[in-house]
Parts: sequence; structure tokens; C-alpha cells
Amino acid sequence: MSVGVLALQGDIQEHSAALLRLGVRPVEVRLPKHLAQVERLIIPGGESTTIGRLLALYDLIEPLRSRAGRDLAIWGTCAGAILLARSVLDTKTGGQPVLELMDMAVRRNAYGSQLDSFEQPLAMPVLGEAPLPGVFIRAPQIETIGPQVTALATLPNGAIVAAQQGRLLATTFHPELTGDDRVHRYFLAL
Amino acid sequence: METSTWTTKVGLAQMLKGGVIMDVVTPEQARIAEEAGAVAVMALERVPADIRAQGGVARMSDPELISAIKAAVTIPVMAKARIGHFVEAQVIEALGIDYIDESEVLTPADEEHHINKHKFKIPFVCGCRNLGEALRRVAEGAAMLRTKGEAGTGNVVEAVRHFRTVQGDIRRLQSMDADELFTAAKNLQAPYELVKQVAETGKLPVVNFAAGGIATPADAALMMQLGVEGVFVGSGIFKSGDPVRRARAIVEATTHYKDPEIIAKVSRGLGEPMVGINIDQIPAEQLMAKRGW
Repeated sequence: MSVGVLALQGDIQEHSAALLRLGVRPVEVRLPKHLAQVERLIIPGGESTTIGRLLALYDLIEPLRSRAGRDLAIWGTCAGAILLARSVLDTKTGGQPVLELMDMAVRRNAYGSQLDSFEQPLAMPVLGEAPLPGVFIRAPQIETIGPQVTALATLPNGAIVAAQQGRLLATTFHPELTGDDRVHRYFLAL
Repeated sequence: METSTWTTKVGLAQMLKGGVIMDVVTPEQARIAEEAGAVAVMALERVPADIRAQGGVARMSDPELISAIKAAVTIPVMAKARIGHFVEAQVIEALGIDYIDESEVLTPADEEHHINKHKFKIPFVCGCRNLGEALRRVAEGAAMLRTKGEAGTGNVVEAVRHFRTVQGDIRRLQSMDADELFTAAKNLQAPYELVKQVAETGKLPVVNFAAGGIATPADAALMMQLGVEGVFVGSGIFKSGDPVRRARAIVEATTHYKDPEIIAKVSRGLGEPMVGINIDQIPAEQLMAKRGW
């Protein structure tokens, strides 16, 4: 099974390190020819405006849309979750390219500036009982989900922070920064 | 819920990796940078090339300008405080900006002490020329580093020198046995625990970008191939003939730094680069990289 990490910008190496710990050697995906080699793809944390622009510029949007959820499982963390959403709130002026793959609305920078970035342990029942360390950095928030989407984790105030639609997975936080590889393991079994 | 933890401070720098942080002096330039794919902007009154040309004391920018730039974009905004000027840092933190650069590009406010960055909720990036300087900054609380280079010159030679020096220092530590690390820490004038950590991991404890003198897509890719994790471009974009195209090209070259065909393609027809300065023609007292202790 070959697993890719979208390597346009962001914390690519942290995701690669987590995959290596699980015995998977990831492919760095920068161009369509790299994407064609993988069956699973992680979209890392980073800046959604930067990654979206480079996705469009290097012709990755169409192959991603045509394969997503079928022969390509995708997990987006933070910026990756924004890129997966059908609708994005608080885009940059003039809008920004996204993949529009999951039936959900995501608000960028939903908690404020960097000073509002936070850590919060999360209950994520599909991963078992032990709480998952949640690291939220200028994080987006999943505001609404459609009927095909399942919420997998919420903050104590009810805000959705992890969601799944078939073989597509979105987390607004960063499991790759914590050393807890359970979400990576869950994604590899999707 | 805990805000502004060390993990979130270092974490934002991790999210900026593989990206380009651009100096901007107006909200319009900030929008151009965001459109071009910058991961963050540095809000300034004058780019380093102008600070160098105009001389005088360079200070924190007007909070009104910083806030106007913050309002213009959705990507993170950084602002510079003078070395040791902890009140300028308090002001920038109060503005709700995302990162502070305690920068040698501004005139230092303290010639012995840097800001105690542990006292702040906002994360800091600091410059370094060698491993000792890098680890002193991390000990003071810097959550991100950048090699200094020589800002405002359009000349990448100092950025290369500083990054190669840091890497060489790290490789030397890795070749030492445990007994030698105590003396290495003394010689580096850096805390033993951090020295030991670097010897074990072979890398800096926080993310490290290149800065100071990057003017072309090939400069950015050079620093990335050497091993930095992203680049700051100061005067190089908005002091060039066609800032929009150059900004886009540097972003693409930073992502595709291992692909010479793409670097060649994006480097075509970019217009005039900023005028460069040879380092040996700068009077010694005007070298910015020497500021910091």
C-alpha cells in the first residue's frame, strides 16, 4: 500500500515521521505524477491559501477530485481539513481554491489569532477510551456537516473537530505533533 | 483548555515550513504577498534595504500600520521588535499579532540582553549565525530560528555562511562523546541540556528558516537544498522590477526546490532583481548580522 503526504507546504515531515513509526514509507506528492503512485494521501497542516494555490497551479485539483473517496483515501489536518470542505468561511479576499470533497462548512481561524491557539485533550470514541491530545494552531472549525458526514470528535462546547465521510477524514487539530499515532493508524485502515 | 503553550508556539512555525514569509510595508503589498502564496507576512515601515540606505535608528513599526496589515490578510502576520526591547514586544503582543521577530535589522535597544521570551504568550523568531547563538535564543524562549544572512543586500552569501556554520557546528557535536559535550556547551556558550539534545537528534530544537539576502527563486531553492525549512524574503520582492511575478516564482521555487526544471521555468523573464550589495563594501559598523549576543 502506498501512502503519500502532499508536500507543497506545511508540516510534511511530522506526518512522514508518524508514518515511518508505523512502518510505512511515504511518497512526497508535489506533482500529478507523484499522486498517481499513491492510494492514500495526507494533506498536512500549513497555510490553506498557499497549498490551495499550488494545488491549482500544478494541476492537482482534478485528479484529486476524480479519485477521492474511491481509489484514494484522503485525510486533511487543519489546512487540509479546510481544503477538503465543500464550503469555506472567512476565506482570503476574493476566495481561495479548495477541493470541495466533504459535505461540510469550515470556518478558517475560528478561534482568533495565534494567541488563541490551544491544547485540549479530546474524546474520540473510534480510537478507544484514552483521550487524544488535541493541538489547535490558528485552527479552523467544522461549523456544519451534511447527512453523509459523521462527527468523530467534539470540543466540550460541542464544536466538531474531527469528521469522516467514507474514505475522507478531516481533523482541525494536529495528531502529527503529539507522538500519539492512533489517528494515523485509523487512517491507514480506512 | 490551555492557550499559548510551547507546543502551540513551536507548532505555528512547523505549519509555516516549506513556505515563504515576505516583508511588506503596506496593506496592498500584504495582499499581493497573500495572493502570491506567502505563508505569512512581516509587517514593517521600511524594508531592510531602505533602513540600510537611510540610516538612523530603526524601531518597531507604527501599531496603526501593523494593525492595518493584519486586517488586510488572513495569513499569519509577524512584526519586528528591537533586540532587548521588551516593551515593543509587549505592544506587538497587545495588537494580537501572530509572531514577533526580535530582529537585528532594527537598532538594538540592549547591547547585552535579549528579550526574555518565556514571559510572553506570543511566540518569537530570532536570528542566528552559529549554533551557540541559536541555542542561546532557544534558551531565552525563541520558538523559531532563522539564520541571519545580511539583510537588505540582495546577496545570499551570508545566509549560506550562517546556515553552513550552524550545520557544521551540529555535525561536530554529533561526533563527540558524552564527556566532551560539557566542554562543547561551555565553548558554544549555550545550555548543556540543549547542546546534548542537538548532539542526540542532529537538528536544532525548533524550526529554522533562512533570511537575509534572498533575492531570486534560485536563492530560495539553494537555501532549501542546503537544509533550511523555509525562507524569509525581505527587500528582495518589493525592491525588484516585478514584485508580483517574483513573489509567485519564489513561492514555487521553495516548494519545488529539488526540481531544477521548475526552478528554470519560474525564473524566466522576472524582470530586474533588487540591486545587490557586496558585503565587503559595507562598512563594518553597518553590518546588521553582528548585532545580537
